[in-house]
Amino acid sequence: MTAKIEVHDFNLFYGKNQALHDLNFQLNEREVTAFIGPSGCGKSTFLRSINRMNDLIPNVKVRGQIKIDQQNVYDPHQDLVELRKHVGMVFQQPNPFPLSIYDNVVYGPRIHGISKKAELNEIVERTLKQANLWDEVKDRLDAPALGLSGGQQQRLVIARVLAIQPDIILMDEPASALDPISTERLEELIIQLKESYTIVIVTHNMQQAQRISDQTAFFLNGYVVEFAQTQRLFQQPTQQKTAEYIAGQFG
Amino acid sequence: MEQVTNLPNKKLEETSLAEELRSPAKKLIRIEQRGRIYTLLSAWILIITLFSLLFFITSKGIMPFIHGEITLQNFFSTHWGPTSAEPGGPFFGSINFILGSLMVTLLSALISAPLGIGAAIFMTEISPKFGRKILQPAIEILVGIPSVVYGFIGLTLIVPFIRNTTGSIGFSLLAGVIVLSVMILPTIVSMSVDTIQSIPQSLREGSYALGATRWQTISRLLVRTSLPGLMTGVILGMARAFGEALAVQMVIGNSPNLPFQLMKPISTLTSVITLNMGNTVQGTPYNSVLWSMALILLLMTLFFILLIRLMTQRGKQG
Repeated sequence: MTAKIEVHDFNLFYGKNQALHDLNFQLNEREVTAFIGPSGCGKSTFLRSINRMNDLIPNVKVRGQIKIDQQNVYDPHQDLVELRKHVGMVFQQPNPFPLSIYDNVVYGPRIHGISKKAELNEIVERTLKQANLWDEVKDRLDAPALGLSGGQQQRLVIARVLAIQPDIILMDEPASALDPISTERLEELIIQLKESYTIVIVTHNMQQAQRISDQTAFFLNGYVVEFAQTQRLFQQPTQQKTAEYIAGQFG
Repeated sequence: MEQVTNLPNKKLEETSLAEELRSPAKKLIRIEQRGRIYTLLSAWILIITLFSLLFFITSKGIMPFIHGEITLQNFFSTHWGPTSAEPGGPFFGSINFILGSLMVTLLSALISAPLGIGAAIFMTEISPKFGRKILQPAIEILVGIPSVVYGFIGLTLIVPFIRNTTGSIGFSLLAGVIVLSVMILPTIVSMSVDTIQSIPQSLREGSYALGATRWQTISRLLVRTSLPGLMTGVILGMARAFGEALAVQMVIGNSPNLPFQLMKPISTLTSVITLNMGNTVQGTPYNSVLWSMALILLLMTLFFILLIRLMTQRGKQG
């Protein structure tokens, strides 16, 4: 296993409040890593630190390093456009743009300079197939994306991310707004995508973490309490707090 | 046995509750009725006023054509000579004024739309703090300035400026366009700000997360998704420009020329109506033709409203 993302002494502050404390761990390439923990524990905040989406929020300060392929993303010379091209993100609420299905997928490639029709068509077909959506929408690519169901929208958003050819895909509770059947399809998709992409997923659902992830990090009050192979963490937690959380004693 | 003895008792309770449910307090009914009558009356007064206005203007406007005082051919010509004693006269050609109104409206929208939308984007996306603290109040003040003051400023600053720089008389289509552009700017800005602000933050995040820059997010996503709302603002501004009378009349020169030269004085429907309504005798063709122009103004306004309706509907579907 090679480490894709290395986190060294990472701290994050909202103004004077410290939201993340001294995080240190490694995320492996072509694996799914799940972040679990109660609401407000910092797991989403950390996820948004990886592609620096927290830069959009005023008064956020960080200390420490997050390295992707040895390169610190908080290096002053780091280009945000390049970073986000390589680190795609899927949000909690499906957020397709109010454009056609086609235009949603080609939005990323277009802003990164691809304008040939044939090339764009090829990207649309390939990514929609990868996202298991092609068969459902191939006859209506010009239809508005907002007309799709929640589950289809979330798969469309994943296709939109795949279209920029990232190495890493961050997912912030991607199934929390979906029904059980859509959730199952999404989980199957994540397991498929693992073969080519490094995936980090925040989830509230501990069964989901067990079904799809290789490693799991348990976040609590801005600390990572335990970080281990998923099987090990759920079956033999070494920390008292982890054991209590996965047993449902708080949440 | 127990059940049988219990039964009548229970039934008694039920009927008393049912009775209570069936007979609400009389006072409440009265208050409800009063409220209903009050709102109904207000609505009907509004509707009746509107329809009588529409009816009045329409009947006044088409009267001269029905009575045969003015022919349609005469009205839709370019020859304006309402007191002319020449053979074939008087002439009530109003096409120059209709075109004049359309021209000032289009040109001022052409200036204000890009400016207003640009300012709105700055206020919402680039510098919300500055926008809220400085631009927002500035725009509210712009809305509050009476049109006579706009006209006065135009008369004192813009007309002499055009006169001195071009050597024309200064009163001109251009002066009217400049004054109107400033007057409709706030309408366009505030509508655009509302529209852009209503775009959910999650869409912006989606765009940034794909590696888009701020300007790419603005130009490819925000402007595109808010286009119906932006167009609605522009059309609202145009409706205002089309109907504005006083300020335009003060700077535009009021000569019955065709409006195809920026430096020449022209007339609009509104300026002709305001200038002539006091000098004409009721019932004469000269007076009646002003009503026909008013009817055209009204029809154009209805057209603008229709356009806005279509835009907002399209916005909801998209």
